[in-house]
Amino acid sequence: MEDQAKSEIRIGVFICDCGSNIAGYLEMKELGDFARTLPNVVFVQEKLYTCSEGGINDIKASIPREKLNRVVVASCTPRTHEPLFQSACEEAGLNPYLFEMANIRDQCSWVHMRERDKATERAKCQIGMAVAKAARLRELSRIKLDLNHSAVVIGGGVSGMSAAMALGNMGYEVNLIEKQQRLGGLLNDLNMLLPAKEPPSKLVDDLVGRLEENPKITLHKGSLVTKTEGYVGNYVVTVQKNGEEKSLKTGVIVVAVGGRVLKPEGLFGYDGDKVITHLEFEARMKQGVPAAKNVAMIQCVGSRCSERTYCSRICCMTAVKNAILLKEADPETRVTIFYRDMQMYGVENEDMFRKSKELGVRFVTYDPERPPVVEDGQVKTYHLRMGRDIVVPADLVVLSTPLIAQEDAGDISTMLKVPINEYGFFLEGHVKLKPLDFATDGVYLCGNARFPATVREAIAQGLGAASRAAGVLSKEALFTSGIVADINAETCCGCMGCLEVCPYGAISYLEDRGVCEVNKVLCKGCGGCAATCPSSSAKLDGFSSVQIYAQIEQALAG
Amino acid sequence: MKVHRRARYVDQSRCTACGACAEKCPTKVPNEFNFGLDQRKAIYKDYAQGIPSVYTIDPNNCKVLQGQKCGVCAKVCQAKAVDYEQKDFDVDLNVAAVVVSTGYELFDATRISEYGYGRFPNVIASLEMERLLSAGGPTKGHLSRPSVIHGELRLKELEKLIKKAEKAEDSGQLEALKKEQAWLEDHVHKYHTAKKLGFIQCVGSRDFRFHKYCSSYCCMHSIKEAIIAKEHESETESFIFYMDLRTVGKGFEEYKNRGANVSGVKYVRGRVAEILQDEDLNPVVYYEDTEQRKVTSMTLDMVILANACSASRGIVKIADLLGVELEENNFIKTHPNKPLDTNVPGIFTCGCAQGPLDIPESVAQASSAAARAAEVVMTGGRALAV
Repeated sequence: MEDQAKSEIRIGVFICDCGSNIAGYLEMKELGDFARTLPNVVFVQEKLYTCSEGGINDIKASIPREKLNRVVVASCTPRTHEPLFQSACEEAGLNPYLFEMANIRDQCSWVHMRERDKATERAKCQIGMAVAKAARLRELSRIKLDLNHSAVVIGGGVSGMSAAMALGNMGYEVNLIEKQQRLGGLLNDLNMLLPAKEPPSKLVDDLVGRLEENPKITLHKGSLVTKTEGYVGNYVVTVQKNGEEKSLKTGVIVVAVGGRVLKPEGLFGYDGDKVITHLEFEARMKQGVPAAKNVAMIQCVGSRCSERTYCSRICCMTAVKNAILLKEADPETRVTIFYRDMQMYGVENEDMFRKSKELGVRFVTYDPERPPVVEDGQVKTYHLRMGRDIVVPADLVVLSTPLIAQEDAGDISTMLKVPINEYGFFLEGHVKLKPLDFATDGVYLCGNARFPATVREAIAQGLGAASRAAGVLSKEALFTSGIVADINAETCCGCMGCLEVCPYGAISYLEDRGVCEVNKVLCKGCGGCAATCPSSSAKLDGFSSVQIYAQIEQALAG
Repeated sequence: MKVHRRARYVDQSRCTACGACAEKCPTKVPNEFNFGLDQRKAIYKDYAQGIPSVYTIDPNNCKVLQGQKCGVCAKVCQAKAVDYEQKDFDVDLNVAAVVVSTGYELFDATRISEYGYGRFPNVIASLEMERLLSAGGPTKGHLSRPSVIHGELRLKELEKLIKKAEKAEDSGQLEALKKEQAWLEDHVHKYHTAKKLGFIQCVGSRDFRFHKYCSSYCCMHSIKEAIIAKEHESETESFIFYMDLRTVGKGFEEYKNRGANVSGVKYVRGRVAEILQDEDLNPVVYYEDTEQRKVTSMTLDMVILANACSASRGIVKIADLLGVELEENNFIKTHPNKPLDTNVPGIFTCGCAQGPLDIPESVAQASSAAARAAEVVMTGGRALAV
């Protein structure tokens, strides 16, 4: 672009209908007409979907044709679409930071559906603000980072082992860290896998054997992760083993720390003897089929209730599996399962469910308002289908308790700066579209650490997390965002207010000079420092005071 | 491997998806993407956000390709992208790994004759409901009853027919047409929006006559559709008829509770025996309420069937071509401990091609299959053994 053209600010505004998501609730023509009146705006286009291939091509074509040096898109949320529009700018030769977005969908048409006129005025204001800021945007550049082409997998259960295996097979160095002295996790405590119909040791031994053979993979058993530092491509993970610490450099981290089974103290007469959990039942089955003529199983013990609202996904299959094994060992054994909904989703599970019924397992629906009572070798309950109380003899009661998060899930969450939900399960970047990614770059999740999963699902997720991680490892270098903070050393008084608010540990205090400094690679551009700084020395590129004041003035003027 | 590509009669490298062709194309046909609830042209795009964003000519309906006179689209296309001479062609690919992710198809609910699907306009399939609720759909998200949508189209037709009959002075036909018009006008007015909805679960799933398996995702989409319908129209009342409500995913049970507590969705445990229709085209559902222990009925504005996830018909041919084994339901056979691997080394599978899955599991599996394929590609096949 020629210098002369550069000095003149030429803004193109692209307004998206988002089907009828926006156009159904706002006067689009008015928005377009308004945008044309704004200073520096030389081109305006309205489109059914600006994000469609046609819409993107229009942006790319308009930049040289209209000599645009700033682009504003008024559409949906930058959270999902800013990168797409930015890359369109970049492909047309425009610095991607000369782009601004007005979210007139989520923040306007969706929330003001029944106020067409006012919502239209509001959208105009948003577009005006975006244009005001766009006129003051400056070119920013991304920083190129080197990258360590290796992975750390935390957790040696079936999903962690699967992730390590896949990454190792792709040729990356992998460090697999397991807290216990042996790999396998929860599988080691199980008796038999259905529908695979094989003992879990077969799967574990096979995986362990192949991991040990793979020269790319290093196993750290009886080891604990005590510290992590760094950022995508350049993490340093500190691992402690027998009191000795070791630092591992890695590009990516896979969180596969698993879960544990809830011990139902105080529920349904749990005593660990006549009333036990399925995990304890599996341990007994390993020693031989328990001598019980009447076995009762109760579902949703400590789950789908006010303390723990979630359904633990795998307990119905576990109960049906154990019921089948009991019936196959002795068809005379009476097995009754007290349940709310049998969660036997899919092909294999429903097959197992049907098979258990064919074998004569009884199913009784109970009402969570009137749950079964276990006492004196009997289970009493209100039978929801018959509409009356029934009593079932039970010399053994097996409780289906949910999987819960690991005790140290909170510590790992803090250490890696990745979120967990209210029950301690790790929270993915997007429930549907990024099930195995964290919002933080370079950290991935799989298996029971994410949410209860069957063996089939845990393996698939482990491989999937490996695939996501390989997406980073397969690159030669990484680039950071241009939106980062900067501290003016001339005016910084060294109060360290910014250092305290930075959630990414990106700011350090330089003792010798008495000022603070930003590590631009660690900085995520949250702006906490800029908002805190009493001397306006800290500023955030892309969100400078000049830009924000211009937006405020525009908003107040409207 | 050889991939056969069908002609689209539009040059992909030239088409800018401006849409002028479709605007001027004189041939209207039912739009299959919206299940015939609106119309598309003979030159069309499947849906607005499809990739690549390029128009296609439907050779069965295009006048030129049917040997008649037209050529309007070629005339209006400034990019000169329309090419009636384009031919099908084969692409040769030399690859180390293959991922079969051919998905599923919706169970054909006309097979369950007692539910009246295909006979009663206001008994629809779950995907039709998705289109009705979609802001980009045929009603722009308004929940119109299909009897009303079709009724409005018929009313336009009737206007013309009545004029014709008036000219012809055919009083017998005129009377019949006017009677139909009066009834339809009243119907369209009275039932414009579907407000009392019934969702029938396990339509073709967990049914020994059709699919024995559970389709995994239908409980959640019915709850979702009920919640969204309520967001669109605050007077909506929804009933979900189910056997077991399977809410096994992360946040699913909580979403089900939200449906009941916030959106007032009523969950009725019982299998629907039959659906009939009253004189106002309202579906009447006969069912056993197992919690009340009685057989009863309910009149609704619209019934939405949770059609099962069926293996796609084409999968048999693909499986045969690739030598991949299918299980009894025609899903691709996998082992629980090797969830992405088919019986053929280097050929992997994911998503509903290997069995019903919801979106998060499908997305996760897609990454997993990519990992298996990458293992093969990046090691030159050494990982095939595992």
